[in-house]
Amino acid sequence: MERMQQIVGRARAAFKSGRSRPLEFRIQQLKALERMVQEKEKEILAALKADLNKSGPSAYSQEILGVLRELVTAMEKLPAWAAPQHVKKDLLSIRDEAYINYEPLGVVLVIGAWNYPFVLVMMPLIGAIAAGNAVVVKPSEVSENTAQLVAELLPQYLDKDLYAVVTGGVPETTELLTLRFDHILYTGSSSVGRIVMAAAAKHLTPVTLELGGKSPCYIDKDCDLAVACRRITWGKYMNCGQTCIAPDYILCDPSIQGKVVENIKATLKEFYGEDVKSSPDYERIINKRHFKRILGLLEGQKIAFGGETDEASRFIAPTILTDVSPESKVMEEEIFGPVLPIVTVKSVDEAIEFINLREKPLALYVFSNNKHLIRRVISETSSGGMTANDVIMHSVVPNLPFGGVGHSGMGAYLGKFSFETFSHRRACLIKDLRLEVVNKVRYPPGSMEMMHL
Amino acid sequence: NPFAGLVSHLRASWLNGKTRPMEYRVAQLEALGRFLDEKKQEILEATASDLGKAPFETELSEILLCKNELHATLNNLSRWMKDEHVDKNLAMQLDSAFIRKDPYGVVLIIAPWNYPIHLFLVPLIGAIAAGNSVIVKPSEVSKKTERLVAEALPGYLDKDCFAVVTGGVQDTTRLLENKFDYIFFTGTSCSPPVGRIIMTAAAKHLTPVTLELGGKNPCYVSDTCDVTNVARRVAWGRFFNAGQTCIAPDYLLCTVEMQEKLLPALQKAIEDFYGPNPRESPDFGRIVSDKQFQRVQRLLGSGRVALGGQTDEAERYIAPTVLADVLPSDPAMQEEVFGPILPIVVIANMDEAIDFINARPRPLAIYAFSSNDKVVNQVLERTSSGGFCGNDTLMHVTLTSLPFGGIGNSGLGMYHGKFSFDTFSHRRGCLKRGMGREPLNAPRYPPYSQQNFRVIQATSRVTRKNDCTLL
Repeated sequence: MERMQQIVGRARAAFKSGRSRPLEFRIQQLKALERMVQEKEKEILAALKADLNKSGPSAYSQEILGVLRELVTAMEKLPAWAAPQHVKKDLLSIRDEAYINYEPLGVVLVIGAWNYPFVLVMMPLIGAIAAGNAVVVKPSEVSENTAQLVAELLPQYLDKDLYAVVTGGVPETTELLTLRFDHILYTGSSSVGRIVMAAAAKHLTPVTLELGGKSPCYIDKDCDLAVACRRITWGKYMNCGQTCIAPDYILCDPSIQGKVVENIKATLKEFYGEDVKSSPDYERIINKRHFKRILGLLEGQKIAFGGETDEASRFIAPTILTDVSPESKVMEEEIFGPVLPIVTVKSVDEAIEFINLREKPLALYVFSNNKHLIRRVISETSSGGMTANDVIMHSVVPNLPFGGVGHSGMGAYLGKFSFETFSHRRACLIKDLRLEVVNKVRYPPGSMEMMHL
Repeated sequence: NPFAGLVSHLRASWLNGKTRPMEYRVAQLEALGRFLDEKKQEILEATASDLGKAPFETELSEILLCKNELHATLNNLSRWMKDEHVDKNLAMQLDSAFIRKDPYGVVLIIAPWNYPIHLFLVPLIGAIAAGNSVIVKPSEVSKKTERLVAEALPGYLDKDCFAVVTGGVQDTTRLLENKFDYIFFTGTSCSPPVGRIIMTAAAKHLTPVTLELGGKNPCYVSDTCDVTNVARRVAWGRFFNAGQTCIAPDYLLCTVEMQEKLLPALQKAIEDFYGPNPRESPDFGRIVSDKQFQRVQRLLGSGRVALGGQTDEAERYIAPTVLADVLPSDPAMQEEVFGPILPIVVIANMDEAIDFINARPRPLAIYAFSSNDKVVNQVLERTSSGGFCGNDTLMHVTLTSLPFGGIGNSGLGMYHGKFSFDTFSHRRGCLKRGMGREPLNAPRYPPYSQQNFRVIQATSRVTRKNDCTLL
């Protein structure tokens, strides 16, 4: 505990020294991070392979490409983002300076998750550094190889006092959360999200919570099923289903359920070959606990395809369940695995009702050729983000905020939204000490004529 | 759970989409405008009764400022509501990418007693504009205003989507057991730590919050300044609403020489404003309750009473007071004053003033007075606070284009103008793609290959300017 207090104390002292304020310093740190990602690419990919069996190109595109892109964006845009924003003035303030000053918050805590263990600490870290903060990073202990690597690498490239890594599990994180931070960004489950927010409340610390939920995917009868199913298959089974914005379950008319299954089956063969287990591109479940949890969700379900497992290698085959009952276990919690339930609904109205009866999800997907139907689904539901006629992709559009709503989270980040999240927008009004005559109208003794000026 | 029925009714109406159409929101907002117009007399009477507020102050702070917000919102609502289309990279040129502003659902607004109309109405404007249902919980401490709001406001708004709930701490606690989709709280952060209690309750439901709290707002006066003007602006900000303003200059920091110059200037300002006997001025307010009166009165035992100091318990009157030579350990420096008392703490120079400020929790506002621009900028740059005003007090919150909010102990989140709309909206990232052009997606699918990867990289990368893009 003392060690943690020291680390946070050092970060705070380093922040107070003011050295993270100048933009040149921040850009220099971001450049160092860029060098780190480029020079240590092999080590990063090896850690991801060890933790999740992610293959090279897959890991690179999932975890490294986005980070490099975010770094370039931050370095390019930082001067524009950080510039004071002058605002519209009224008659009384016409001769004043009125602007919003973007200022760092102080010491930011970033708590990562295990499913995309590198990118989920790096993206917030980039934003927090760009905004001029000190940062304490707590990578997920579940993806231990990546956590270890991050702990080793960051001090080699970044200012050691300003930016620190703390490793450990639940007890360490709990201790860390008793300390005071100026913003906490947590990625993980809703239940732990509650704990993080309650701990933050003790210090009135603002939080950004990137949580999860069951992201629904509605497939309309009027759509190109082959294309829809290919895209859904890609998003569902990437990283073995362990993606917060994966399509969690499908809603569709019973008459197309069979075709949906056939199309997904065909696509799976295309992607992973006849023997999925031997495909270098198919990942594994992170650990035994989650492996058992996902297996439990299959109990009593109609398995239309897949279902093979191997505990030793934590392998679960891409699986499709049909005619799933809304009350079953697999429809209660976020699946976070390669199991795709199909729940049948008779119409888009039923689908919308179904979605709205449940907690707001992190992502929402709808496939249809009917633009009007898509517009309806967007307008009559709520979700963190959404994509129509594809999955996942809204999270890679450079200028869209990424965040949840309701149980799927609060706040947003990525790109400019990271900078805003990790900054304090300070209202500044600078008046002239002369020209007192202008102020006369507001002073007592008050008179109503003055009011109507 | 006594409020469960109400909350679920409001949520059902919201879910049915009642609050979504712009016309609906405009109608509700216009009704709020009519409330301010038609109930003006009642508002003046209620605030006069609760706080001894001068009609001028009520018209300015509780009506005019609210109407400014209302008009700014009505003028801009359609623009704010529009989907914001964003720049796309090469791969998505034919797609539609935009930010949709979704309402959260059922919003709870908890207001305090010091500006009892303004501090529920301005957030309410934002919450309605953003398409939410709202429960308003006015403060039970400003009793007459609470009754006015509970009786009159529902008549102006759609009862299916908007409600007023009254009561004390117990009722608020029960109310907080329900799930809200956003909680907006204005009040104290310290004793009791209500802000923390609210955020902890919100955490159980993962409800996002905005907390507008308070603190001790320092006011630094440099040696180079027009003392008369400084004294007037500071006195105005300090004694408005008998000091019960979250952004009032809480204490002054200046050299001993400046203190000597300021005292006669402050005396003149007070006399100009309130006459020789402020107790008889219709423009000077009263403390809201006996409890608050006793609390503020206790602060008088700090430093020495240089101006004022008279009190009358029956009237809950405390004269405009300036305390000189106050020590950091004195009672007046231990809590937010929130009364018509201005403690002066003597420091040697600007650096000492800045160190003094930075050694304490970050306040809602910082003020700095100087004829020298550089001094004002130094204080601004070397400190941190919710907002900042150079060479005046309070005024930075009257511009609807500036955000209003705290930092650290003084609060989290912000509002006013578009910031209100943004606070009560969820910004939803949306991407609409076509079903065609599937071959363009081919590079992303397994089986993965370096070749495919290079295609993805080429179409989605962001390069630094001046980088050569030849592969």
